[in-house]
Amino acid sequence: MFRRSLLGLFFALGVASTGSACKNKAADGGGSPGAAAEIVIGHYASMTGNTAHFGQDTDKAARLAADQLNAQGGVLGKKLKIVTLDTRGDGAEAANAVTRLIDVEKATAILGEVASSLSLQGGPIAQRRKIPMVSPSSTNPKVTQIGDYVFRVCYIDPFQGKVMAIFARQTLKLDKVAILKDVKNDYSIGLADAFQKAFVASGGTIAAEQSYSAGDTDFSAQVTAIKGSGAQAIWVPGYYAEVGAIARTAARLGVKMPLLGGDGWDAPELFTIGGDALNGSYFSNHFAPDQASALSQKFVADFKAKYGQDPTGLGALGYDGVMVIADAIKRAGKLEEPAIRDALAATKDYEAVTGKITMDKDRNPEKSVVVLKIDGGKAKYEALVNP
Amino acid sequence: MSTFLQQVLNGLSLGSIYALIALGYTMVYGILKLINFAHGEVFMIGAYAGYFGAVGLGVEGYGAAGFPLYLALVVLVFAMVVAALLGVSIEFLAYRPVRSAPRLTPLITAIGVSLFLQNAAMLAFSPNPRPYPPILREVRFELGGVIVTNVKLTIFVVAIGLMAGLSWFIQRTWTGKAMRAVATNLDAARLMGIDTDRIIRATFAVGSALAAAGGILFGLDQIMINPLMGMLTGLKAFVAAVLGGIGNVRGAVLGGLLIGLAEQLTAGYLSPDYRDAITFVILIIILILRPEGLLGVVRPEKV
Amino acid sequence: MQLVRRSAIAVALGVSLYALQLWLADGLIEYVQRIVLLAGINVILAVGLNLINGTTGQFSIGHAGFMAVGAYGAAFFGVKLGPIISGVIGAGALADGVTFNVALLIGAVLAGLAGLLVGAPSLRLRGDYLAVVTLGFGEIIRISFNNAHFLGAATGYFGDTPAGLPAYTSFFWVYGWAIAIVILIRNLTFSQTGRSLTAIREDEIAAEAMATPTTRLKVLAFSLSAASAGIAGGLFAYMQSGIRPEDFRFDKSIDMVVMVIIGGLGSISGAIVGGVFVAVTLELMRDLQQFRLVLYALLLIVIMLVRPEGLLGSRELPELIRSRLGRAKVSK
Repeated sequence: MFRRSLLGLFFALGVASTGSACKNKAADGGGSPGAAAEIVIGHYASMTGNTAHFGQDTDKAARLAADQLNAQGGVLGKKLKIVTLDTRGDGAEAANAVTRLIDVEKATAILGEVASSLSLQGGPIAQRRKIPMVSPSSTNPKVTQIGDYVFRVCYIDPFQGKVMAIFARQTLKLDKVAILKDVKNDYSIGLADAFQKAFVASGGTIAAEQSYSAGDTDFSAQVTAIKGSGAQAIWVPGYYAEVGAIARTAARLGVKMPLLGGDGWDAPELFTIGGDALNGSYFSNHFAPDQASALSQKFVADFKAKYGQDPTGLGALGYDGVMVIADAIKRAGKLEEPAIRDALAATKDYEAVTGKITMDKDRNPEKSVVVLKIDGGKAKYEALVNP
Repeated sequence: MSTFLQQVLNGLSLGSIYALIALGYTMVYGILKLINFAHGEVFMIGAYAGYFGAVGLGVEGYGAAGFPLYLALVVLVFAMVVAALLGVSIEFLAYRPVRSAPRLTPLITAIGVSLFLQNAAMLAFSPNPRPYPPILREVRFELGGVIVTNVKLTIFVVAIGLMAGLSWFIQRTWTGKAMRAVATNLDAARLMGIDTDRIIRATFAVGSALAAAGGILFGLDQIMINPLMGMLTGLKAFVAAVLGGIGNVRGAVLGGLLIGLAEQLTAGYLSPDYRDAITFVILIIILILRPEGLLGVVRPEKV
Repeated sequence: MQLVRRSAIAVALGVSLYALQLWLADGLIEYVQRIVLLAGINVILAVGLNLINGTTGQFSIGHAGFMAVGAYGAAFFGVKLGPIISGVIGAGALADGVTFNVALLIGAVLAGLAGLLVGAPSLRLRGDYLAVVTLGFGEIIRISFNNAHFLGAATGYFGDTPAGLPAYTSFFWVYGWAIAIVILIRNLTFSQTGRSLTAIREDEIAAEAMATPTTRLKVLAFSLSAASAGIAGGLFAYMQSGIRPEDFRFDKSIDMVVMVIIGGLGSISGAIVGGVFVAVTLELMRDLQQFRLVLYALLLIVIMLVRPEGLLGSRELPELIRSRLGRAKVSK
């Protein structure tokens, strides 16, 4: 009897504590940046670990944007400072990083993350603390559904997949396509699903469905299976490293069909790894190097001048992320997060490197997709698709 | 049918590489009763040594003409030497001091060395995968619907050649005999005047050199290398060694081929998601049903 | 008398935890609060792993798998049962507390079962083989979650709302559970059963010759260790918005091994020290992030070469302090 009431007392305390913990955290606002001489944009990205490349690319471009803005006098008369914290590709670390950016670095706005699953970790924290967050390249629709403080500057999976599916069906006149997706990568899964839905809806059939995991090196089993399936093309919505190897494997195994992909293909390494095996393939991206606007060409030139390498699509999005945040701060006119949030939501026809950005009611940008064809080891403009 | 044969061919070539690595595990375990967790990383370093060796010799400059065969051999030998030196250093620095410690200590040390090499490589070589230089220019033939490349043939030739060489070495040379003696009973061997330290060093050197050869072949076949490639491949090769009977050289070869086949067929016919899991499942099954391995001998444990 | 004394301690503990919680929530920024919580979770992981790796001397390097089972189990059932429990009791803090603990327990039971499944066939194997098999199982578990579509597969499980899993985890619960588990394992370690486990570690064949049911005990210890990893997993899940298979990679298992080894295999207080150490250094080394794993690896090697018994060996802190004080008195 006594023991039970003891347990009950203990439990009641615990319950009360849960309630109070939640309340305390919610009541806490963000940092107070008004007095500082700098505007801090916190960037959380995978700077080390398996996906280090993505974080590093985004970060380099973000810093380029900040440097350029500061050279022109900064934003609202203050210098922009980018503080980058490493998430190591880990969920707990992403949450830690965002918390630290808000509490310690006093960030006014947050840029990140590339990986949708990590944005899903950091987003709720930014939302709860009412700090605007702009993801440069998370494409899972769920990310902006977290709340009205979460935005993105890239198109979402369903749109990109649909575009390529329609392209495959109508322009390339394909009836049977095989899918080869990366099951370790939610971007790839989302894009594969979107493509499948749209392709089947417009009358096509999926000849085979195969998968691999990021980091795999051997794709001969999957490609061999696809070879025997009667497919006319392969939809490979993965990242460039594996895509390049898949292309080589396909060429090696005598599989002579075009590969189709998404913006995850965009990196110089795609060509060093894939080589001539990629000729005749298509992928969707944000801009075409040979048909780029003056703005994107300048971006590419500036990036190359500063870092000695070509930027990837992720880099371009990172650049745009910072630019869009800065533009919103300017339009808000003051360093108050709710005002900045509203300005972000009101972004209309902003000329970004990756296209014209207008935020829709779900805080996703309405942007066009560019379809590129690979020929002679280079990507060339093929078509433009508007939303 | 041709699809099946293709999968089998791919499985056997992958398996030959596993066999080369498994030999290193099995030889070290035979002598020291230690699982050299770092062996997978030696394999990885061997692959990178081949990469840098080839690049250093200007492989890109040769382009379509193809890298000359004698230079390819130079790269191979270079990588094998680098790996052998690495293997011996690991033994000297990390394993020898704890040789007499309770079993758990060298195990943890080995895991530590493995982690260290993986992460040091990530720092030194960047974590991004790199395409392997065309040390061999690729030529394809088609035989009855099955595509065979000269790379695959090279893998078989080199693997079989090295394994035959190892077999000859163990059976016919003095050092090889000493290795067998030390594996049978370390103390007795020492009593017979064999310098066990030297033989242990030689074992590590030979095993590591073989792993390096496997690394280069892996790079040629799998197109890409990355600093973490050693971990999973090393683990699979270890399972291969156990499957064949740890301590047994022929067993390592058999185990490697079987694991390679199992992996490829699982990926092709079941689901590629389980290609890595199947190796562990095999390990568990073999350890439950026949822990001494397919070709192993049951050794009673003396108390 | 015993009962009253124990109850008084328990009440005092509960109240002080609650008070600490309130003070910390106000006094510390959220960032530091998170680290404190993670340290507590680490303690649970370390003490649990120490039971099997240290006390029983069986080397498991795949424990992240059990943490994953606990995390997914607690997350999934918490989300599904939440509305039901709220419906019965009425929504609010009480329902949250009940849901949380029920979810944690379910996660722990599932993890314990997983430990049973893994341990039963594997624990007949010798040290090195066992290590590899546990590694393999850890990976198999992770791969399975990666392919489980109803649990979100690679993207991860974020509950039913975009806002993610509710933030049930608090200082009180983490440290409450930590204290409970430490007491439980401590009592087990110093009981007859615990002594049998130590006997297995020292010389298994001799223990078996003395009619100790070695396999059964090993499996028991393994399951308990897995269950406590499961509790830690559940606590971890509810301080994130969601969990992904990638969060339970081999790296995490290694982190757990480092915790136990630094403190000393076999020492509970050592495990506690190790757990806190890893959580704290993780954040302190933020600038050295890329070197973190290299340094951990070097640390492992150096410890094995120089002081394999870790900081405390297999002794406990109170004992150590007492012996130091004793020596000081004598030398005076």
